[in-house]
Amino acid sequence: MSAETVSETVVPARAPWSGLVRAGQFLSIVDLGGNQAVDFLLYDAADTDLRYSAQNTVAAAGALFLTTGSVLRDVEHRPMATVTADDCGRHDTIGGACSKESNTLRYGHQAWGQHACVENFLHEGARWGLGKRDLTGNVNWFMNVPVEDDGCLGIVDGLSAPGLQVTMRAERDLIALISNCPQINNPCNAFDPTPVKAVVTAADRATEGGGRA
Amino acid sequence: MTGSASAQADTPEDSATATTYAARDHARAQESAATVADRSWVPADTFPDTTDHPEGQRLVWAETVAGGGYAHKVLAPGAVVELTDLEGESCAQLALFWAGRPWERLCVADTVKVQWNAYLGAGALLLSDQGRALASLDLDESGRHDTFCGAATAEQNRERFGDGEPWSATPAARELLKLAAAKNDLAPRDLPPTVSLFKGVKADPDGRLRWTGGAGAGARVRIRAEAPLLVMLANTPHPLDPREDYTVSSLRVLAWKDRPTAPDDPLWESTPEIRRALSNTAEFLGAAA
Ligand SMILES: [Zn+2]
Repeated sequence: MSAETVSETVVPARAPWSGLVRAGQFLSIVDLGGNQAVDFLLYDAADTDLRYSAQNTVAAAGALFLTTGSVLRDVEHRPMATVTADDCGRHDTIGGACSKESNTLRYGHQAWGQHACVENFLHEGARWGLGKRDLTGNVNWFMNVPVEDDGCLGIVDGLSAPGLQVTMRAERDLIALISNCPQINNPCNAFDPTPVKAVVTAADRATEGGGRA
Repeated sequence: MTGSASAQADTPEDSATATTYAARDHARAQESAATVADRSWVPADTFPDTTDHPEGQRLVWAETVAGGGYAHKVLAPGAVVELTDLEGESCAQLALFWAGRPWERLCVADTVKVQWNAYLGAGALLLSDQGRALASLDLDESGRHDTFCGAATAEQNRERFGDGEPWSATPAARELLKLAAAKNDLAPRDLPPTVSLFKGVKADPDGRLRWTGGAGAGARVRIRAEAPLLVMLANTPHPLDPREDYTVSSLRVLAWKDRPTAPDDPLWESTPEIRRALSNTAEFLGAAA
């Protein structure tokens, strides 16, 4: 990467990542192996009470899916980040994070022993003083969750592919929290969790990081 | 002070509240003279209209929440809350918590994902973030609800109506829920995503949202507490309500004692996900009992 790269981290399969993204900087997430759900939360670095709100993001846009131009909003409706480039075309706002607890509902109690995104969020969030009360509905980059006319919704086969990426610009100083989803019971990771890359770049550089969008 | 006020101060015998004794009489005369329709009834069984809830069930909550108002209550497992959209323009923003363990709270994402449906209706559960049923929807005469958009914020109400503060004529749901939370020693970060009852939204295949409005006056929804429940609700316009005016009418809340869903009830085995969520709740309550 160029000199404007602030940080570049390969997040192993099943692992969390977090980092500070300063106002004006760009965060890109690269789906290295293809069809890898990346669970994602944002907090205002100056006041972590101000965190991503899926519902405000959706209500303001009048639309469920995220893509280029989408504005991620906080619990008070204010912009946190803007998607500036997107190779995939559709990302989920309503499916939330997998947990050991919800796995028991979705698949049965035999699934309790499996690792899950909420474990990652709790583990990684603790580094920033964030706990259980701070978790909320998250973005799922690269995850495909259609809603049928009768309301039936579910995680179906993904639209992503190896190397596709999404880039967002921070509208203020943000803590970004990632869980590279370890789920193996549905197609959100194509039944095979793989690494992703998180890249933070300086203000004037990263617009070219978003690929063909 | 104005001239008339100082004149009044010179003639205390003309004022109903010039002395402590007069002020006390004045205060005590207000209850019997009141004609306010949007109010609570305590004890709840003094609620005047006894025709609207099942016979023999003891009311534990009776309140009519004005448009722009909010309410909150702690309920025992099994309590049934009946919400009625009296005039067709109420919209209840609902937040639920496990009473006494408020870090376990309504999880809208799990509610729609686990049950494979975004549109709430009779037979749906409201799930916690810990894989347990907090409540079940017993009755739904509306069919117009929303899990996508949540509670309007002060910022959004300022843009739409010019103000969103609790003391304004156009309070925002989130501001009211913050107050309900504070009275339960909870902070804004404890407020989860909410569900809207009585005003609906549908998604088209591209994910674009369409406001479907309400079902008209008199529609009822019954919510059964499957766990000890802290209920908070704000009665405010839906965030996607396209009307320029702050349009919201009174919401009636009645609750009575009943029992949680049991394994021989049809709901228990209605889906594998519902069976496991109700089982998780029953297991937790059983172990702690
Ligand atoms: Zn996951």
